[in-house]
Amino acid sequence: MTTLTPSAAPPRPALSLGGRWPRFALRRTGRLVVSLWALVTASFLMIHFVPGDPVRAALGLTAPAELVASRRESLGLNDPLLTQYVHYIGNLFQGDLGESIQTEVPVWDTIAQRLPATASLAVLAFAVALLLAIPLGVAVAVATRRGRRRHTELAFAGSSVVLGSVPDFLLGVALVAVFAVNLGWFPVAGRDGAESYVLPVIALTIGPAALLARIVRIEMLAVLETDYVRTARAKRLPGRRIHLRHALPNAITATLTIGGMLLATMIASTVLVENVFAWPGLGSTIVQSIVLRDYPVVQGTVLVYGVCVLLVNTLVDVALAVLDPRSTIGES
Amino acid sequence: MSRWLRALRTPVGMTGSGLLVLVLVLAVVAPILWGDQADAVDTDNLLAGPSSDHWLGTDSLGRDIFYRVLVATRLSLTLALLATVLGVVVGVVLGAAPLLLGRRSGRMVTATVNVMVAFPGLLLVLFLAVVFGVGATGAVLAVGLAGAPSFARLCQTLIAGVAELDYVSAARIAGVGRLRILTRHVLPNVAEPLIVNITIGAGGVLLSFAGLSFLGLGVQQPAYDWGRLMQEGLAGIYIHPLAALAPGIAVIIAALAFNLTGEAIAGAVGVSAATGFADPVPHVEQSAAPTPSRPHDAAGDPGLVLDVRGLTVGFPGPRGTVRPVRGVSFGIRAGEALGVVGESGSGKSLTALAIARLIEEPGQVDADRLVFCGTDLLGDPAAPASPGGEHDKLLGTSMSVVFQDPMTSFNPTMRIGNQLAEVARYHQGLDRKGAIARAVDRLDAVRVRDPERRARQYPFEFSGGMRQRAMIGMGLMGTPRLIIADEPTTALDVTVQAQVLALLKQVQREQDAALLFISHDVSVVREVCDRVVVMYAGRIVEELPVADLVDPERTDAGGAQHPYTRALLAAVPDMTTDLAEPLATIPGQPVDPAARPAGCAYAARCPLASARCRTEEPQLVADERGRSVACWHPGAPLGLLATGEVVATS
Repeated sequence: MTTLTPSAAPPRPALSLGGRWPRFALRRTGRLVVSLWALVTASFLMIHFVPGDPVRAALGLTAPAELVASRRESLGLNDPLLTQYVHYIGNLFQGDLGESIQTEVPVWDTIAQRLPATASLAVLAFAVALLLAIPLGVAVAVATRRGRRRHTELAFAGSSVVLGSVPDFLLGVALVAVFAVNLGWFPVAGRDGAESYVLPVIALTIGPAALLARIVRIEMLAVLETDYVRTARAKRLPGRRIHLRHALPNAITATLTIGGMLLATMIASTVLVENVFAWPGLGSTIVQSIVLRDYPVVQGTVLVYGVCVLLVNTLVDVALAVLDPRSTIGES
Repeated sequence: MSRWLRALRTPVGMTGSGLLVLVLVLAVVAPILWGDQADAVDTDNLLAGPSSDHWLGTDSLGRDIFYRVLVATRLSLTLALLATVLGVVVGVVLGAAPLLLGRRSGRMVTATVNVMVAFPGLLLVLFLAVVFGVGATGAVLAVGLAGAPSFARLCQTLIAGVAELDYVSAARIAGVGRLRILTRHVLPNVAEPLIVNITIGAGGVLLSFAGLSFLGLGVQQPAYDWGRLMQEGLAGIYIHPLAALAPGIAVIIAALAFNLTGEAIAGAVGVSAATGFADPVPHVEQSAAPTPSRPHDAAGDPGLVLDVRGLTVGFPGPRGTVRPVRGVSFGIRAGEALGVVGESGSGKSLTALAIARLIEEPGQVDADRLVFCGTDLLGDPAAPASPGGEHDKLLGTSMSVVFQDPMTSFNPTMRIGNQLAEVARYHQGLDRKGAIARAVDRLDAVRVRDPERRARQYPFEFSGGMRQRAMIGMGLMGTPRLIIADEPTTALDVTVQAQVLALLKQVQREQDAALLFISHDVSVVREVCDRVVVMYAGRIVEELPVADLVDPERTDAGGAQHPYTRALLAAVPDMTTDLAEPLATIPGQPVDPAARPAGCAYAARCPLASARCRTEEPQLVADERGRSVACWHPGAPLGLLATGEVVATS
């Protein structure tokens, strides 16, 4: 706990939070830049980690030597490592992720074409997970507080553990078998209109939502017992105000932290779920290009996934800072 | 080890270990017993549904799916366990790096691990799958190494927990090598939580591996594990959904076997698994028989701001209802300050909370009369402590509560001004702007300097004394008829205490409000209050004007009569206290409300206690001057009590 003396806080009324925000922004941006650099370097090195000649591996043993040599040349694999590294980063700044070894299509074109399908799926699934988990967690916490309604609590705990532990791709297969094949309510595969989103979104949502609802409930239960919630009760505020304005923002720290992890995991989970539903997104691309050893495509796709994850982590930190101003104070 | 065995006898443990044994046995025997059936091609039954020959149908080559799922157990399990071992070994090495490499290199490794953990495992798996190539070997390396960062993080946390312990430091000072410290002193002490998390982790690895094979990046034909079978089954899901579902169910059962076993062991050895399944919420037993509500008397003395008769507070306990407050009665007039004194556990704070209607279920508040400003607070049939009751406005604006700990009583995520303004917005119909303006005005009234700026600050930017001022200011948002102050200065520095008390007094005088002042500190009560009630074991044992809170040795009608009050007085040092002598204390412990003895609750600690005191509880009796005391021997000489050489006689 830091207490600012009046002289330490700048007199500007519009920025009563003083220098904490700029410092927070600087620190957080610094961390983001370092992580991005690590990600880019790992992605660059990936092709060099592959044992043997990656181009030969990609094109197969039967490919003519001239073709391999020309692809090596166009990929710049014959240059010194440092030169390649500088080129790679320079090209990245120009939005150039290289070309597919197999098809020579620019990697960025493939990603631009496929990213929307994946992003819409992940964002939608995350939104649904939040919309399910937070109200459910809050409601169950308020209802089962102090040992009330044991049966509700047990039912919630049991079902959330079971639902939270079924992996999304298994759930996806089961959903397809029941709701698409047997009942015929939704399309089995592909991305074609709003209906086609239902099953993939459910497959992605259920597990994280169950886990998140548990976290929200546990955090809310702890917050509802705090002194400041008792103060709010002493003010005789409406229950809605006490639970949503006083308790929830204080329970949200852990919720958001876990939520951010879940969104990051969800971005990765789309790879599996997309393969269940033959979803025309990045997930199918990355798997195909791994099988085909199309390294530039894999590099580009991994980079996109990684950047998404880092952005999510940063956004979570910013959201935390807005909701809980204490978190802008530097961590040790 | 016996604890581990006990873990396996719980329902969760039995289910988990039973499944685990089943899966392990299948892994050993299934390929031997059914390997041939699983590979046998039945060309008459391609992609067939379930039949008596093929329980779960056949795949596109006519091979029996049931046998294939059973036989796949061995490969699925072997690969998952290999990957787990790899992940654990690398993880432990990385996690122990700070210990092995010294601080600087250790920090580098820790930072790297922290960056890696931020990425979802599946992304790492895919990245590594590219490097190691498609196939079973590559998949083991990829899944294993991708799991290493989270194991490393776990090890870091666990090792950091024991690395600073005395015996580890001692070993370090004695010159024991780092590796030896790790293997001899540190790892054995983190073994239990490590094993629990490895067991649960193995379940996760099994799922990852199934996912990788399902994507076609793991096990390749003609070999097959569950993930591979799922992938093959998915192609024919239109014709034959069971082919995809059966291996999926096998994966879930196997993963569940590991998870449940791990959870059961975690529960038994008291380790919290990293998965966070432990539920920290205590389970409160519900009382079978709630106390019947007594008919209460809503009339009372109209001159009293607060009129309390026979207030009880009860909580359901394992052996029936426990009553920490039983039959407390008092009244306070406008402008009067009543002190409530007693040790911790005397029920004084619960009395305050009960009056403020802040006792929540399963606590029960009952009284013959609880009238505030002419309103019967018990007349509300709705849940008493929940918001939405009919007395919200009255309580919100006319009763103000100052809590003990100003550091925790403000919401850390709301600006101070907003926390004050709420009262005006919800109970006085002010708009946002007007409410904030009033909050600023009230902060000014409690002498918070620069109130406009302060109102926009968060509680953590306030000092303790400032917060308590703001808390008093919050009570001034309405027009308080009663101010309840529950140990308002206990958590503050002595220098700030006097200022806050002076402010409280001033506010009370200006508002002509009644003040209910709870404290364990007799000298503070003497300063602030007009009258005082002394509580012991949930009852009032004496009520008297503060002027009578004097020399405990005085036994004439002027001084305190109850031996407990006099003991409290004797425990207050003053200018004449001989500092060479130890300060007086009250011998013994306060009474546990769940196990209250018969007779006078104070008897066990009382130098005057007689046989009657231990059998018959004295009632509060008023004297001609309006004071009252509940004691069989009021005012009897106490002997040595004041000199500090207190002798416990009983």
